[in-house]
Amino acid sequence: MSIELTESPRTHAEPRPRDVVGRGPWSLAWRRLRSDKVAISSFVVIVLMVLFAVCAPLVAHVTGHPPNMQYHQEGLTPDGLPKAPSSTFLLGTDDLGRDILVRIAYGARISLGVGVLATMLTVVVGVALGLLAGFLGGAVDLVIARLVDVVLSIPFLLVAIALVSVAGPSLVITVLVIGMFSWASMARIVRGQVLFLKEREFVEAARSLGASDLRIMVVDVLPNVLAPVIVYTTLLIPVVIVVQATLSFLGLGLPAPAADWGGMISEAQNYYTVAWWFVLFPSLALLITTIAFNLLGDGVRDAVDPRIDRLVRTRQGARP
Amino acid sequence: MSEPLLAAEHLTKTYDARRVGWTGSPQTVRAVDDVSLSIEPGETLGLVGETGCGKSTLARCVARLQPLTGGTVRFDGHDISTLSGRQLRPLRRDMQVIFQDPYGSLNPRRRVGSIIGDGLAIHHAAGRAARRAQVQELMEVVGLNPEHFNRFPADFSGGQRQRIGVARALALRPKLIICDEPVSALDVSIQAQVINLLLDLQREFRLTYLFISHDLSVVRHVSTRIAVMYLGRIVETGTVEELFAAGRHPYTRALLSAVPPADPDAADSRDPVVLTGDLPSPVNPPSGCPFHPRCPRRQTDCEVTTPPLVAAFDDGPGHLTACLHPVSENDGP
Repeated sequence: MSIELTESPRTHAEPRPRDVVGRGPWSLAWRRLRSDKVAISSFVVIVLMVLFAVCAPLVAHVTGHPPNMQYHQEGLTPDGLPKAPSSTFLLGTDDLGRDILVRIAYGARISLGVGVLATMLTVVVGVALGLLAGFLGGAVDLVIARLVDVVLSIPFLLVAIALVSVAGPSLVITVLVIGMFSWASMARIVRGQVLFLKEREFVEAARSLGASDLRIMVVDVLPNVLAPVIVYTTLLIPVVIVVQATLSFLGLGLPAPAADWGGMISEAQNYYTVAWWFVLFPSLALLITTIAFNLLGDGVRDAVDPRIDRLVRTRQGARP
Repeated sequence: MSEPLLAAEHLTKTYDARRVGWTGSPQTVRAVDDVSLSIEPGETLGLVGETGCGKSTLARCVARLQPLTGGTVRFDGHDISTLSGRQLRPLRRDMQVIFQDPYGSLNPRRRVGSIIGDGLAIHHAAGRAARRAQVQELMEVVGLNPEHFNRFPADFSGGQRQRIGVARALALRPKLIICDEPVSALDVSIQAQVINLLLDLQREFRLTYLFISHDLSVVRHVSTRIAVMYLGRIVETGTVEELFAAGRHPYTRALLSAVPPADPDAADSRDPVVLTGDLPSPVNPPSGCPFHPRCPRRQTDCEVTTPPLVAAFDDGPGHLTACLHPVSENDGP
């Protein structure tokens, strides 16, 4: 057998422009996401909603209506019913004569705050446990995987109602209850990915270099599970927001005067025949927010999952 | 003779195979069965055998990427057979692995510079700035453009990726590099480039290789000694010249006769030996000599007695054969 170097591999003397930087998978995903009009519009809606929540005191200041102020004179009809939208109360008033616009703004703080906090808790706990279970295997995996099964088989709402009634409704309890139940599916997703990843040769290569288990998990495995984690996270936020609204609707949200969307919808139940604005606007706020997060989540999934991207591209290519 | 750099003795690796049905008894696969081999500093031991004969498992056991079932491995004067991951870490600097799959062995989410410098970072061998300088130097050495340290593995071709793997293995200036089929995933023209790179590096850095391949012509080109593996056992070992001139084991003969001659016009005195049948299952290996069901020279005792690895005829101590009826120069193939 003759082995000849037909072409010297060391011929790269020609100067190259300095800005040749490999586009990483993340930068490519970001470019794909940027060209997705639906995702970007949803992102803008979410940013506006966040601004609305952050500026809630400003809304109260401009309208001159504090969130819990009850306007028994101007805010209620002589029969004591909510007043329809007008120049004073842009989105009308509720059954106690409070400004619905201001209360939706304050409610957005609760919804988005709980959504983000509970989701973060879910991600941290779920990713950590999923990573440990999948990577270490053995007894650790057995315990965590059974725990996941148990958590996923518990009827969420029953236990949530029980827990909140025992501990008393508060923001912390809401976040903890939601986090306690949603980490399991995240852990299951991550565990599955890790089981597949840890058989890859680059993990073995890291081990042969002398990397510790912790380093392999954080440096080599974690970046490779981030794509599904990010997708699942964006899709989890709207679910958490709805769950929080559900708990409030059932009277397990924040204590009485606090404004939150689920509570407002719950209060509006008795009035929807006479005051359509009372039920419509909080519901719309909830709907717009969750739809925006869901569409953004879809966009993120398309952006980070190259297989789906390829499908879309062939479909577009097949168009006449 | 000085102490070998790497010595495996009676190395055994078994896996538990799935039961057959509910009632079947658990079965064990003997992937590596009582293998002893040693590698002297500076030499290249070629390990050949069919796919599935346990070559890669042997490499992973020797590199302690997997726990051993039995036997010992000594590396550079240390018994590493039972060391934990933490205890192995300092020794890892001296023993590196080049993997077969140029796609699977590089983390797709990390930049090439970070992959090559991983060993330096793990062993705190260099600060961030020094590491980058060393990485670029390594890329130059293996024939990559050092400007490309910021790219991702997906931006490189298979041959370039394998060079990245070589640079990563080289980063800590190891004594031994275990090459697990380093070129079998590459095109033939690229194979030659990577093999020549490995040979250049061996001269330049005084490396010792354990070179695993199923391609005998590659092994012949790079090795000083060869070990032939069949069904988890070493059936013959000797220098390249000994094996190619006077292979004793019928399996070695069959393998060698499949290699095209260097000069196609020269009359080949050896008739091709064509093996029939497949590699038997290591779950249920044949009794006696594991090669007997496919052996053209088998006799009745082959089915009963497992042949030891010993010098046949008047062979020197370096040329060992595990065969009850070895082939002598006077025999036909």
